[in-house]
Amino acid sequence: MENSMHEVEHHYDEMSVVCERPSTLLDARMHYCPGCGHGVAHRILMEAIEELGIQEQTVGVAPVGCSVFAYHYMNVDMQEAAHGRATAVATGIKRCLPDKYVYTYQGDGDLAAIGTGETVHTVNRGENILIVFINNAIYGMTGGQMAPTTLLEQKTSTTPYGRESSFMGNPLKITELLAQLPGAFYVTRQAVNTPVNVRRAKKALLNALKYQKLNKGTCMVEIVSNCPTNWGMKPVEANEWLVENMLPYYPLGDMKVPSKEDIENA
Amino acid sequence: MAKVRGDISIDIEKCKGCELCVVACPQDAMALAKDINKQGYHYAVLVEDVCTGCTNCSLVCPDAIITVYREDKKSGEKIPVAEVRNVTGDIHITVGAEEDAQ
Amino acid sequence: MGELRLMKGNEALAEAAIRAGMDAYFGYPITPQSEVLEYLTREGYNRTKCTILQAESEIASINMVYGAAGAGARVMTSSSSPGISLMQEGLSYIAGAELPCLVVNINRGGPGLGTIQPSQGDYFQSVKGGGHGDYRLIVLAPATVQEMADFVEEGWDLADKYRNPVMMLSDGALGQMMEKVELREQRDRTARKAPEWATTGKPVERDRNFITSLFIKPEEMEQVNLHLQEKYRTIEANEIRVQEMDTEDADFIIVAYGLSARIGHKVMEIMRAEGVKVGLIRPITLWPYPYATIAKAAEHVKGFLSLELNAGQMVEDVRLAVNGRCPVGHYGRMGGIIPSPEEVVEVLKDMYSKIQ
Repeated sequence: MENSMHEVEHHYDEMSVVCERPSTLLDARMHYCPGCGHGVAHRILMEAIEELGIQEQTVGVAPVGCSVFAYHYMNVDMQEAAHGRATAVATGIKRCLPDKYVYTYQGDGDLAAIGTGETVHTVNRGENILIVFINNAIYGMTGGQMAPTTLLEQKTSTTPYGRESSFMGNPLKITELLAQLPGAFYVTRQAVNTPVNVRRAKKALLNALKYQKLNKGTCMVEIVSNCPTNWGMKPVEANEWLVENMLPYYPLGDMKVPSKEDIENA
Repeated sequence: MAKVRGDISIDIEKCKGCELCVVACPQDAMALAKDINKQGYHYAVLVEDVCTGCTNCSLVCPDAIITVYREDKKSGEKIPVAEVRNVTGDIHITVGAEEDAQ
Repeated sequence: MGELRLMKGNEALAEAAIRAGMDAYFGYPITPQSEVLEYLTREGYNRTKCTILQAESEIASINMVYGAAGAGARVMTSSSSPGISLMQEGLSYIAGAELPCLVVNINRGGPGLGTIQPSQGDYFQSVKGGGHGDYRLIVLAPATVQEMADFVEEGWDLADKYRNPVMMLSDGALGQMMEKVELREQRDRTARKAPEWATTGKPVERDRNFITSLFIKPEEMEQVNLHLQEKYRTIEANEIRVQEMDTEDADFIIVAYGLSARIGHKVMEIMRAEGVKVGLIRPITLWPYPYATIAKAAEHVKGFLSLELNAGQMVEDVRLAVNGRCPVGHYGRMGGIIPSPEEVVEVLKDMYSKIQ
């Protein structure tokens, strides 16, 4: 805490706004814990929708998990799906509203454990939707249990001595797996732990939404995120842990990028 | 040469004191307040008048509550803000992996 | 008069769905209802540009139905017992989120993987819940191929009217048997507008729509439940459908639905020919159930027989309606066996002699 702290004099009327909460994000206090990456991911997704001017043409699908209430913050038409079924719900929406932009927003438990079947088949069909996948290697909402993406030796409330592969399996690189499928059009892994990474992640979301118009397949943006509360760390420490432990196993970058021909022949 | 002048405003009642903005600020211009807001959090404030309006704090803010202002580098006048709201024109598709924004 | 055709129940159902202006069908093959998906993939898109999708599972199917219904589409799925079991979670969500859709169960014998032969073993699952929470499906029970066709559009209309899922509970015999069916005119599917609550993209002038069954505050959740219960009472007051045959002078009444009602009708004819005044009550809606019709008949008959292709499920509702005023028996075969009318006649005579 800054003890000799003083607030500076502000000069708002002499300057212009260069960065603010997007109009597509409702003016509600989010229920996420302090420092949680969900808030950043929500904001950049909504910024992308605002910048593309597609708020009126977008339908989102919220998952079960910490972001179950995403529809309280995202100012677009939304549906709340059963646990793991977000991509099936999105398939139903997109098939009936093929001209709309449809996205799912899912955590690691939703997308890569209980909903693996729906996820794989949705991408394999090449449904023209955007999947935003938040990977924080733990189950947040239920209180910090092991996720499919929990790292080896990582302690959770159901791996109290650390995840051990022969007993609890291995951390699932589902995004790499999905990138192999012919139905995937654009697959990338991003993070929101630093300003630069936030910019990159937003760019990826912008691209993914633009590509949806081409009707060429599924776009997926994984966002490696944190869970300060269930990792048992302060937010700043959590982001350091993320860099040291998550990123070596889940390296950032594009896994499948459309070629020039893909786009020109669309 | 005069430094770029910037400023921020924070919706302190929504702040949860996560400190990510404080760490992200390249000017070390931010800190958590001694006071707490109605939620009971020590909220973030700008404590040094050295803000350049770089937007880093706003980018990493999980609660989307930091508005960033900036003054034009040369003239000291207002700079135009990219106005992109509710544009429903054709979406331009770019090719391949693009270089990072900024 | 509409077009007349000789069709299998499953095909008549599929044809009727296309003609009723279906927007989307999501399903997974399972015997004895796979003809529905086969027929629709052959005919559906070509004729009305509707969406027909073979999903990877019944779980995916019902959740695609959720998405499509939430987007304002006229949507259905069909399956048979084990597949319907897989859909129960989705049905609970659909009921909780108040989405209109049609779900068809071509009932086969269980439990477990069971048999592919006809059964009525899913009565409890259909009318008492199946999934979690206090919800109701409107359940229509066809007894002919004609009704399998007619109940498609009627089911959707009920679903739209009440924002509630509707189940058509048929069985493997009705799905596979061929009968003459009169088909309705083709509806213009583009003429139907999405309801205002649907998630079709938020125009500037309205607030966002969201479809959910999540209400974490108990006070809110209770209000949602009270609203649902009020809706269910309205449905009970307005939508009970039942067929009564020769019940006015009857001394004894068979209660049976669907395929069993066809057997029950034959039994009634045999008994009447022998001078015993037997009547038949055929519930067409299994929920809401025609308790009042049965209760009224209980004032003047000597007994009831609930005839079902199961171990005795609907008989509990018959007993609730009769409320001890006279004896209620049950006869049923299981495992895909369909009893002959003669076999039921023997049962009925035995029961009748005891209550004389």
